Amino acid sequence: MSINSVGETSAAETSAAEAGTDDAGAAADSRWAFGTGFEDPLAGIDTSVPDDVDRDALASYCLMLGDDALVMSHRLQEWCTNAPELEDEMAIANIALDLLGQARLLLARAGKADGSGRGEDDYAFFRAEHEFRNVRLVEIKRGDFGDLIAQLLVFAIWRLALLQRLLTSRDPVLAAIAAKGVKEVTYHRDYAAQWAVRLGDGTAYSHQRMRAGLASIWPMVDELFAAHEVERTMTEAGVGVDPAELRDEFDDVLSQVLSAATLERPDVSPLAGVSGRTGRHGLHTEAMGYVLAELQSVPRAHPEARW
Amino acid sequence: MVTMLAEARAVARTVTDPELPLLTLADLGVLREVSEEDGKVIVSITPTYIGCPAMDTMRDDLVHALQNAGYRDVEVRTVLRPPWSSDWISEDGKRKLAAAGIAPPGAATRRAGGQVPLTLAPPVRRVRCPRCGSADTEEVSRFGATACKALHRCRACREPFEHVKEI
Repeated sequence: MSINSVGETSAAETSAAEAGTDDAGAAADSRWAFGTGFEDPLAGIDTSVPDDVDRDALASYCLMLGDDALVMSHRLQEWCTNAPELEDEMAIANIALDLLGQARLLLARAGKADGSGRGEDDYAFFRAEHEFRNVRLVEIKRGDFGDLIAQLLVFAIWRLALLQRLLTSRDPVLAAIAAKGVKEVTYHRDYAAQWAVRLGDGTAYSHQRMRAGLASIWPMVDELFAAHEVERTMTEAGVGVDPAELRDEFDDVLSQVLSAATLERPDVSPLAGVSGRTGRHGLHTEAMGYVLAELQSVPRAHPEARW
Repeated sequence: MVTMLAEARAVARTVTDPELPLLTLADLGVLREVSEEDGKVIVSITPTYIGCPAMDTMRDDLVHALQNAGYRDVEVRTVLRPPWSSDWISEDGKRKLAAAGIAPPGAATRRAGGQVPLTLAPPVRRVRCPRCGSADTEEVSRFGATACKALHRCRACREPFEHVKEI
């Protein structure tokens, strides 16, 4: 469940290898792949849950926010070797890495909150599709660069508004993750917004592609602001955020971008759920099965694997 | 015990960053605290970025350094809050970065709270070229080879260089 920051693998691996000459056994603890004794990302962090908070609801809430970050990160990782320029490949990989960091902490937090002791890998690799609670926006099949920028723009505006409000969460771990996330997602949002302006206010062709990108993801937007029961419970407990509260900020920031990009808000109907059930309920689009097949196939084939 | 703690702290302060080996974890502001509980050395570190893949290596490096110095019982704790800021890089650390051709960060923007403003235009702040000293530089990409660095180019000497981002 890890990717390395582009180009820096060798320095850190060399360092680990040098450490290994002193004490091969201990150095073997630090490895960068699934199922390899990758240490608990919450190591040394106080993970106690406030007494009056429903632990199962907190765990579900962490999975929702963690799955959003995990699946979005996976879709961004698919751009490695596919981006239009090397600089953008690095930017996209960096954003994926930041989101993966959020996902690791949130999934690990879920295992501590519900008392099951499950680790990040258990949640990422050994859950079935209906157990993933991410919004459907993050799972859609990789399209062209215009589609990516539209998806990332919408995601980052929404995520930043959410993290900003989580700063005051009564759960100290969520508040700490939000404090780091706000700084990082500010960079992600600027990156997507600047590209949206460059494309939208660029040539007739880039404008057309950016507009098509927005139209392609727009059916998934309303779902971002529909509160699931768990989100409502966590909001009442002072732990979570009601996504409906994010709509005003989202609309305001998006309008700024669209106006600078000479683009208009698409007029496309939202994608319906099934009997009111959507991503937060574990109901996903066809694309989700393919995401999980790729994400999970190796650890499922070799659940005890070590390297 | 005070001496033991001072010595342990001195050992921890020699450990370098896996991705920027010219800096110690102390220079970077990643090493937050070295304390002692019942004869055990407790080292607190904080990640620069949340997804920093080098945290495990840092933990191992700290444990090895302290164990090699004779401290058997060592625990490394992660602190997430307050979140790391590039302002925590020491003056000495900034000098070492510049000497290695990496432009050090300027002061990070502090915000009181509320909606985070959107930045649609390129940054006004010009980063000085660490090679020729010119201020005539431009940002090539805000995301570089590690999470904490951006890529810039000097228009005077034509050299590309890295810049530790303000965060």
